[in-house]
Amino acid sequence: MLFYKRHAKPGVKGWELRKTLGSDYPKVLKILDDYLKALDLQVKTVFEEGKEVEKPSLEQLDRARFLITLRGDLTPKEAKMVGWRIDDLAGLAITIAYIISKKGQSPRKDVEELLREKLPGWKVGINIDRYVRYGYLAQDESGQLYLDWRTRAEVDQKALIDLLLRTEASPASA
Amino acid sequence: MQSKSEREKLGREKLQRIIDTCTSVQERSLDPFLIDINENIGTIKELFPEWNIPEDLCLDAETIHSLASVIKLQSEWVKHRSTTLYTDPFLLEEKLTRLPKEDITRAFIQSWRPAVELEQISLHSLEEATRYWDSLIPLDERWKEIPPEQVGAGLATREELVQQRILRDKAFSEELESFWDELKSTVTEKGKDGKIHYWDFVGAETYEQTVDRAFMTSFLITYGYATLEIHPLEEETFIKPYEKPIVKTGKAQLVSIPIAITTDDWTKWKKGELE
Repeated sequence: MLFYKRHAKPGVKGWELRKTLGSDYPKVLKILDDYLKALDLQVKTVFEEGKEVEKPSLEQLDRARFLITLRGDLTPKEAKMVGWRIDDLAGLAITIAYIISKKGQSPRKDVEELLREKLPGWKVGINIDRYVRYGYLAQDESGQLYLDWRTRAEVDQKALIDLLLRTEASPASA
Repeated sequence: MQSKSEREKLGREKLQRIIDTCTSVQERSLDPFLIDINENIGTIKELFPEWNIPEDLCLDAETIHSLASVIKLQSEWVKHRSTTLYTDPFLLEEKLTRLPKEDITRAFIQSWRPAVELEQISLHSLEEATRYWDSLIPLDERWKEIPPEQVGAGLATREELVQQRILRDKAFSEELESFWDELKSTVTEKGKDGKIHYWDFVGAETYEQTVDRAFMTSFLITYGYATLEIHPLEEETFIKPYEKPIVKTGKAQLVSIPIAITTDDWTKWKKGELE
């Protein structure tokens, strides 16, 4: 259930798990999470509220989405096999980092201006639309971009910011 | 020395300025700490004794509400700064512009745990799809253009027009007179003191007939064939026919009396529950 897509989103809602597995499904997920360690996978919970909830109630769990993600890092070689071009990944990384630095929201035109410094102009709009379609970003009617469910599920935001701040430009590419 | 009205006018302007400043902080996401809350609250407190009319008190309340919104923004700012995700936005932006995309991508990959998804067709879904295909009607039949129905032009008879209620069988005045005769005979048979209860006359077997009778009764009253007698305390309405139609125009101001003919009332009358 956790592997398959429903309505273009991977994973399954808590209430669906409760229907199939019973109300003890959190325990079942914990056992599954331990089992998946050997395969370098993990069970990830994405709460509807958007933030991590320390002690979630049953109702919050029912509304949350559960999916499987990688547990460890990807190597650059493995990242190529995921199917993303380096330009597109870099664009996504910059966009997510920039929105985090702007307290979780930013006007789309500011993000486009930032991306245009390093990516071809014609690609910028297409890429942002792609990030929105995949669920990494959300856009409201007033053109504000926010981080969406897939970013919360897949990206360790704190680790990303720390790594970016620690990284110095490599001599070969500087 | 300023007069009271001048002081009030200045006070209103001060409050409006505070509201405008608070609104621009909220709308343009400016630093909420630009606003000195203590000073503004002092101003509001100082001006409060001047207010007497409700509009000024509302303005005072709106000012406090705007300041409360700014305090909320300040609290969110502090919360954000104290979380582990806070970092100086200028520093981060400067890093993002300086770093080459390879380094940014390398940092991203180390913090990225992509979701594992599986897309696979199964025997069961193939079976369901085949069943659906078998039951699906071909496109030529589904998207067939239906030619417009050809209707032959002809003449309608008077009876057909009366049947479709486009024409009345009798002239309206004739119908009104016969309805008036019916009212007079009903009052003689079932009425008391030359009048009858409104619903006892207007009520019929079906709701549609009741509405029709109410419609005709309204003309009887308007054209002076009958009158209404209303007892508001007892909530009773009677119709009293005149022996001869009375011309009312020009004598006194006519008054409109709306009487609702709802399905609920008709149902109650049918059950005998309507008094």
